[in-house]
Amino acid sequence: MIKNIIEVKNLSKSFDISSREQGLKGTLKHFFKREITSKKVIKNINFAIEEGEIIGFLGANGAGKTTILKMLCGLIYPSQGSISVSGYLPFRRKDNFLKNITLVMGQKQQLIWDLPPIESFYLNASIYEINKFEAEKRIRKLSDMLEIEDELNIPVRKLSLGQRMKSELLAALIHKPKILFLDEPTLGLDINAQRNLRKFLKAYNKETNATICMTSHYMKDITSLCKRVICVNNGSISYDGKLNKLLKKISPVKEVLLICRTENDANALRSSGFTVKQKIKNEITLKIENKSIATSLKTILNNYDIEDLYINEPPVDEVIGKILEKKEYHV
Amino acid sequence: MFNLSIHKISTLLKVQYANMLEYRVEIALWAISGIIPFFMLNIWTNNNLNESININNTMLSRYFLSAFFVRQFSVVWVVFTFEEDSLMGKVSPYLIQPLNPFFRYFAQHIAEQLTRFPFALIIAFFFFIFNSESFWVPNLFILLLSCISTFFSFLIQFLMQSIIACICFWTEKASSIERLLFIPTLFLSGLLAPIVSFPEFVKSWIYITPFPYLIDFPANLLSGNPTNISGGFSMQILWILILFPLFKKAWSEGTKKYTAMGT
Repeated sequence: MIKNIIEVKNLSKSFDISSREQGLKGTLKHFFKREITSKKVIKNINFAIEEGEIIGFLGANGAGKTTILKMLCGLIYPSQGSISVSGYLPFRRKDNFLKNITLVMGQKQQLIWDLPPIESFYLNASIYEINKFEAEKRIRKLSDMLEIEDELNIPVRKLSLGQRMKSELLAALIHKPKILFLDEPTLGLDINAQRNLRKFLKAYNKETNATICMTSHYMKDITSLCKRVICVNNGSISYDGKLNKLLKKISPVKEVLLICRTENDANALRSSGFTVKQKIKNEITLKIENKSIATSLKTILNNYDIEDLYINEPPVDEVIGKILEKKEYHV
Repeated sequence: MFNLSIHKISTLLKVQYANMLEYRVEIALWAISGIIPFFMLNIWTNNNLNESININNTMLSRYFLSAFFVRQFSVVWVVFTFEEDSLMGKVSPYLIQPLNPFFRYFAQHIAEQLTRFPFALIIAFFFFIFNSESFWVPNLFILLLSCISTFFSFLIQFLMQSIIACICFWTEKASSIERLLFIPTLFLSGLLAPIVSFPEFVKSWIYITPFPYLIDFPANLLSGNPTNISGGFSMQILWILILFPLFKKAWSEGTKKYTAMGT
């Protein structure tokens, strides 16, 4: 039986935020009397994650995704509720718990800037009490998987963003963590570097059965890695389940591109009652509901002279963008 | 929290030393910038102020050279580094590692002291060229005691600044509190003048504070000036024992307040 490695019950987090009015008057007022308000950024959320799962946290900026990750890895204290990660209370930061997890933040680095990454790797290895021989073995293996063997001895400040990110990942994984918290790991990377990183994460998950919790604004990260997503809207969970199911529910249509023999056929199709996305000469794209796709296509093929056709899912970015736009969206 | 193995310590030191060597020119300049005691020596001897406290020129020269050495190996800047790391969110990755981040800062300081050492020796060499009558070689036992008391002085200052650094968890600008501490450290530690020269009223209470044990006590010990060795060490150890649990408390309470700003 697969057990839950992460369990979150009625979790809430509030932050004290001091606000200030604009201008000199606001500055002086703020100097003498600070207006501090408590803002609940996470509101009674519940979820569980099984060992080996790759979960994507989706949400607009400021929705609370990163705050959830920070609480899961023990970086910040929850205001209410309970969290159990690998059987530990994360915020107690027990050594055995910390040896099981890692956190990678796309915009923050732990590598020592002026030294080659290999120095930071050995430092991390000693912090996690890994002997030199074992550390060497792991560095060799991970650098091979991440394809950064040639960059190990170059000072971090001279590495490209992609090479630095890969080195960050190596430093974060040297202790073979069972749970990876990744906050926008592909931020700022070019398309090839993003793809390589995703390939690596997939391989790492397959090989070690590590649980991966990640946030990303690159939908390709989510769609290629995460079968399950948790949508966070304004501190609450609006969806928790399979990504495919979400996409089907939100966008229950397929896009059908029809290449007609003549432009007249395309014109006739446009006025036949189907939802038209676009028409260019003899090519027309229709939006057809999933449940009626078979019957609709049968009708089209019987009544119009069609040379070729392509059935496409709507772009995932477009669909997920809808989730992020609708603040109160609930599936 | 304090589960440190020899392997951890040696790797931390090796890596931080390698890092500090990248900044060797900067460290040489820092070493040169610590020559306040020599200015003070000049003021004292040119104005014959030493006669009032019954210390001859040679012993005063040795005191200020020793004060220079003690200062070189007890300079602490942890509050500034921690404040920056805390504000920029750099502390976050360290907090989820099974090693208190202050060990990293501690190792940075030790590595920096090791880097400073040759520069301090060069400065001392030039000092003796211009003050050859002050040359002396302390016996091995005294040298060892002086090194220990200098390390204790460093430890006291490191703990004091670390406690202040923990205030970063409540207010972002903890270094401004350190500025307040800098004033008594400068005037009451013996950096500007030996404590023996202070008015009787000041001497009646100053020895219960940690300040005389930061420069004056180790410098007197090294230079061979009369000092209460057992009393000095007892007070240094007492202050370490007082400050260490305070730091632990500030750390454990502070990390509960941490909001991981900048990440």
